[in-house]
Amino acid sequence: MKEMMIILVSVILVDNFVLSKFLGICPFLGVSKKLDSAIGMSLAVIFVMTIATLVTYPIYDKLLVPNDIGYLQTIVFILVIAALVQLVEITLKKYVPALYRALGVYLPLITTNCAVLGVTLLNIDSGYTYIQSIVNAVGAGIGFMLAMVLFSGVRQTMEQSDIPVSFRGVPSVLIAASIVSVSFMGFAGIVDGLFR
Amino acid sequence: MIQVYMMPITIVTVIGLISAVVLTFAAKFMAVTVNEDVAQIFGILPGVNCGACGYAGCEEYARQLSEDRSVKTNLCSPGGSDVARKISTILGTDFEEVAAKYAIVKCSGTPDKTDYVMDFRGLQSCSANKLFYRGRGACFKACLGYGDCVKACKYDAIGIVDGVAVVDRERCVGCGMCVSRCPNDLIGIIPTASRVFVSCSSPDTGAAKRKICKAGCIACKKCEKVCEYDAIKVTGNLAVIDPDKCTNCGACIAACPVQVIRQY
Repeated sequence: MKEMMIILVSVILVDNFVLSKFLGICPFLGVSKKLDSAIGMSLAVIFVMTIATLVTYPIYDKLLVPNDIGYLQTIVFILVIAALVQLVEITLKKYVPALYRALGVYLPLITTNCAVLGVTLLNIDSGYTYIQSIVNAVGAGIGFMLAMVLFSGVRQTMEQSDIPVSFRGVPSVLIAASIVSVSFMGFAGIVDGLFR
Repeated sequence: MIQVYMMPITIVTVIGLISAVVLTFAAKFMAVTVNEDVAQIFGILPGVNCGACGYAGCEEYARQLSEDRSVKTNLCSPGGSDVARKISTILGTDFEEVAAKYAIVKCSGTPDKTDYVMDFRGLQSCSANKLFYRGRGACFKACLGYGDCVKACKYDAIGIVDGVAVVDRERCVGCGMCVSRCPNDLIGIIPTASRVFVSCSSPDTGAAKRKICKAGCIACKKCEKVCEYDAIKVTGNLAVIDPDKCTNCGACIAACPVQVIRQY
């Protein structure tokens, strides 16, 4: 249990996928303009990350490793995740139209987002067990949500401020993102302190 | 030797094939039949996603129309009666005239009537200005005059004249896009048939208003007494016109000592 908590806290705060590992920057910058779309996107990411881990881990463990082709993990994972997201999308459209309308636009956007692929690959690189991998995936998604929600707040404040012409748009957003990222460095070491 | 190459190729191919087959079957068996009416109605609607119909955008209104026959076809005020007639034809439902509406700005605080209390140098928008204290006008319900509503209007029907927003009745379709943009809630939507409106929104007492603005409703009730149709009432220090009873006779306009009741 303690181990799970360590994984969860470290992937949300210390090794935040967006702010420390710099994965999933595209949706982070693209969809963080409004709070509600940021939350919709984050929910889709949590969902897809968890499902992707649920499926790719057994494939790696039971199919790739025994046949000695672990080096194919990246390409196989891309293939599997892309097909999986499509399948989930079709299923949601049919059986849970409300959820589909809420996540709809964002699901194809993150089909093989680097953060989603990243979490599945990093699970294996870190040598996690199946359960640990799932915890890690959920945590990574929550971390993504945290970053998105925080940053959408920052951006809504920025919209109201008078920024010099040359910094308007992407430059100021990137600078703000870097400052938020630096602030997350403050969490380094928190895991050792919390769970000693 | 050959097995070194064959194994990976086989496995990736098989995974690909399985995914393809599963997806094909999923697409076939879980296909959602898109109602053709939706696309057709969506094509007719103006597509400005203003929300005047009460639904979240044109697509949602089209979906509701096709699914539920009790949804009225005349809710789209930007489209007007033409759109309502076409939708009724597609759905085979009864056609009703669209009750045309237009926007009114409930403030007449031009600079000669009231004062600015600050020289605002920040971002030139109403919402930004409103964040500072409570706006630049002496009256907290005054039109801020930076034109957030002008930017919201897709029909070029609202403009800033003398520091106060003014609606161009010829162009206004009553979609209400500007209503939510006004930080002071000054814009209202009323039926086109109603031509008289009260151009003040301040809930302050008459005396307080009089000190800061020459064009504020002082709640003197003269209009209430002069109205033969019982259409105007003073509530909360403001005269309020009931568009259903108002006959546009204009008696209240003549009676108003501060000229805050106006006619288009």
